Amino acid sequence: MSTTAAPHVGHDEVVEPAPPHAAHHTSTGLSNEKLAMWVFLGSECLLFGALISTFLLYRNRPVLNGPSVAELYDIPFTSVSSFVLLMSSLTMVLALSATQRGDATRSRIWLLTTALLGSSFVAGQVYEFTTFVREGFGFTTNLQSSSFYVLTGFHGAHVTIGILILLSLVVMSVRGALPAARAETVEIAGLYWHFVDVVWIVIFTVVYLIR
Amino acid sequence: MAITEERPVLELTTGAEPEPEPLGVFARPVSTKGWRSWLTTIDHKRIGIMYGVSAMAFFAIGGLEALIIRAQLAQPNGQVVDEQTYNEIFTMHGTTMVFLVIMPMLAAFANYLIPLQIGARDVAFPRLNAFSFWCFILGGLFLYSSFLLGGAPDGGWFAYAPNTLTEFTSSHGMDFWAIGLQITGIASLVGAINLIVTALNMRAPGMTLLRMPIFTWMALVAQFLLLFAIPVITVALFLLTFDRRFDANFFNVDAGADPLLWQHLFWIFGHPEVYILVLPAFGIVSEVIPVFARKPLFGYPFMVFSGVAIGFMGWGVWAHHMFASGIGPVSVAAFSLSTMFIAVPTGVKIFNWIGTLWGGRLRFTTAMCFAVALVSQFTIGGLSGVTHAVSPADTQQTDTYYIVAHFHYVLFGGSMFGIFAGLYYWFPKAFGRLLDERIGKIHFALMLIGFNLAFFPMHVLGLQGMPRRQATYAEGMGWDLNNLLASIGAFVIALSFLVFVYNVVRSRNNVTADPDPWDARTLEWATSSPPPVHNFDVEPTVTHLDEWWHRKYAEDEEGRLHRRTDVQLLAGEGAGEAGDIHLPSPSYWPLVVAVALPTIGYGVVYSYWLCGVGAFILLGGIYGWSLEPSVDPGGAHGHELEPGPEPEPTDELATAPEASADEPAESEAAAEAEAVPAGAGSGPSASAASGEEGQA
Amino acid sequence: MSLQEAAAAGAAAHAHEETVTGTGHAHPSDRSYVGIALILAVITAAEVASFYLEDELGSILIPALIVMMIVKFATVAGWFMHLRFDSNIFTRLFVSGIVLAAGVYLATLASFEFFSKDGVPGPARAVEEQSE
Repeated sequence: MSTTAAPHVGHDEVVEPAPPHAAHHTSTGLSNEKLAMWVFLGSECLLFGALISTFLLYRNRPVLNGPSVAELYDIPFTSVSSFVLLMSSLTMVLALSATQRGDATRSRIWLLTTALLGSSFVAGQVYEFTTFVREGFGFTTNLQSSSFYVLTGFHGAHVTIGILILLSLVVMSVRGALPAARAETVEIAGLYWHFVDVVWIVIFTVVYLIR
Repeated sequence: MAITEERPVLELTTGAEPEPEPLGVFARPVSTKGWRSWLTTIDHKRIGIMYGVSAMAFFAIGGLEALIIRAQLAQPNGQVVDEQTYNEIFTMHGTTMVFLVIMPMLAAFANYLIPLQIGARDVAFPRLNAFSFWCFILGGLFLYSSFLLGGAPDGGWFAYAPNTLTEFTSSHGMDFWAIGLQITGIASLVGAINLIVTALNMRAPGMTLLRMPIFTWMALVAQFLLLFAIPVITVALFLLTFDRRFDANFFNVDAGADPLLWQHLFWIFGHPEVYILVLPAFGIVSEVIPVFARKPLFGYPFMVFSGVAIGFMGWGVWAHHMFASGIGPVSVAAFSLSTMFIAVPTGVKIFNWIGTLWGGRLRFTTAMCFAVALVSQFTIGGLSGVTHAVSPADTQQTDTYYIVAHFHYVLFGGSMFGIFAGLYYWFPKAFGRLLDERIGKIHFALMLIGFNLAFFPMHVLGLQGMPRRQATYAEGMGWDLNNLLASIGAFVIALSFLVFVYNVVRSRNNVTADPDPWDARTLEWATSSPPPVHNFDVEPTVTHLDEWWHRKYAEDEEGRLHRRTDVQLLAGEGAGEAGDIHLPSPSYWPLVVAVALPTIGYGVVYSYWLCGVGAFILLGGIYGWSLEPSVDPGGAHGHELEPGPEPEPTDELATAPEASADEPAESEAAAEAEAVPAGAGSGPSASAASGEEGQA
Repeated sequence: MSLQEAAAAGAAAHAHEETVTGTGHAHPSDRSYVGIALILAVITAAEVASFYLEDELGSILIPALIVMMIVKFATVAGWFMHLRFDSNIFTRLFVSGIVLAAGVYLATLASFEFFSKDGVPGPARAVEEQSE
């Protein structure tokens, strides 16, 4: 049951997206939902900061059992994974752009691509973890292993939730519930997705690249 | 998007127009009466009342736990409970009072008052607000179920690892503690997001931030503290749970782990937490004292900025809880210094309260008594706090009853007295009944005397070396008399609480229709008591701080106040007609989603199948929430039931809260950590689209 | 007045309000976004390269990696998350979280002597000595 959609525009123009119709008045001029997402992302910094710090703290400690994680890294593989996640941010932003133009088909394609790239990232993580486990680096092996898996696991869980959100958006789009006027919904999902990417940017450097 | 069925249009024999109906399962509740309406309410006022009633119930339970402690310690070598039980009781006492009493009680005030004080109709995300409440109560019940399931947590409210790992604890108690606090943590985090957006975005026209009432300001600072502090304890609780349930190594000293990790994470949360516990109480007395001194708050901007300063600086002092734990002299010196500095903004507040009282025409109502008592009692607690900041002195004080005295003075003498001030002050607003003043004074006197009798001697006991967290103490230490006095004091407090309960029950006889019995200053008093469900018939336009006061009074050339004759209530008797106001309907999804969390919790402790069930409920609940129609066509739209005309789908200036989504909003399925089911679609057309659905 | 007209009238009225919510301002085109993504890819390649050039880079390695990380972070936040074009309030909220997290956790790590020469404080040092 779609409400009035914004007028259609050609794909190549850079256009001002139509303001959501019947937007409600707020004291800051910002939408409640978007403000809420940014507020939430501020709190998530504290969450991931604690997990990263715990990992860093224990990384330097003597390894009393099993291998150290540094011995097991496959940097080329993880680099490709990181690249994939980074590109998923691009496809996310293209999905938003398409939604704002009222191009539902493109929007769905980009959303699905983002979900696919995210899934490849998660699959890569799963592969990486199973390899580590096979090489004797399990969750309970040592200090480093527990903190490594909890940090990357939390991140992976966030990506997975993001994939569910993206797929839900695709379904909404198919039902006609994502016209240009509702592009903000995609924007807000995008903020979450980019945040998850940005956390990985930090993790990749701090956990994998810096020894 | 509503899940509506296309049905063939039938010709009804009555000739009435057939109305499309949504699928029964997704029909959104409409009733605002009856006990079930409390389960589905999304009205911030009702949610606030539920928070308050639950918190008071937990206060009674936490108080009973305190009485057991004091009965045990009234004499040396007490035999009332054994050591294991004692550990459980004092752990639950502390956990209850912090997480299940003061936090939800302040949430009650924040939920009830913030929308009213800023001239809004509800919070930004009403269903999320309900979800927060259900998470809190279910989390609290989950925690307490530990008593019936093998034993309550016994590691202290601070749960230092590795002491709280499975090898040192005999039951699942600490699991219930960790998971229960995760659940209540979700409530607080989600509530913080909700109230921050509300205060920033839903202020009435003309209400700049520096015209916001001081209570709203202090509550807002506390919400920011919650926002950033809860994730830290979330991580700590996960690490503890992973160690206990999945053999992780975070606190496993044999694997080289560092116990200080727990302490840092806990106190990085824990110190901002104490400001979360006290700032809103400061806000309450900053409202009460001006009203009963008949003077505006002295130095409002200073009060605002000192509150913000306390919020900031509170992040820099946490390791003063760890002075004796081996963090080393550099850390100790740094945190000792920062802790001394934080006394400054608090001192500013004390002086401003005194400045407000000075030269005022004081009326000592019960609310005023409690408010003034906060100023003096918190000062005593603050002074002992300053002595802790001096780290060499703290080395003697730490882990003794001197610390117990300090934090009870600031949390009971501070937060709880502020809460009682607020209860007496806002009771008529919320319930349309006045608490009896004479009984209130008896309550106050007993509570003040009992409180000081209970806790002042503890300063002495602490300096004489009596350690905390011990089930018994030996004879001949010279501690007997003070302990006995403290125990008597505790029972006097209990008596005073019974007086309070009696006062509440008796208030049935003291109904008042007066919207403004105290001649107060802020907008919640400009509407009827209790307020209508939509708070204000007409959204106010604000031109002053203390807007309501300025509408009532004007100053003549000599600076004297005279009451204006053209004062108009913003709702209730003598007010304007409620224009057509569109409110979101009640909903049962917040409760459903909340139920998923303890289900998962029990699953973690007992059986992973339960986790699966819980996860299914969670996911299903979130989708149900996102997909539910904003309003049941033909329903009452959340108004008090007047047979008014069908609402026109116009967007008024009235800030209709945007929580209802007839289109599915983007939703985030909750992991065990934060769940932010954004129950709102983006901006538009709650009215327009539902109008489309509903109109015949 | 039909419902659609009423809604449209409401919408039109709101379009003129000063504080209408919405993304009514310019932002990068799709082509710019691809360009930004390319820059991010190049930086990632540089990061991975420096990892392999560890010995050549010596003590600059870690600062270089951190700088690249910050640049990528800021780029995604500024352009993909639209912070450069949106209200300051969003930036302030996000930066508050980052600054607070960095401050608090760096102080904690410092308290653990994480940044000192061997980075292994007391108790762990004892364990290490034991296992030698």
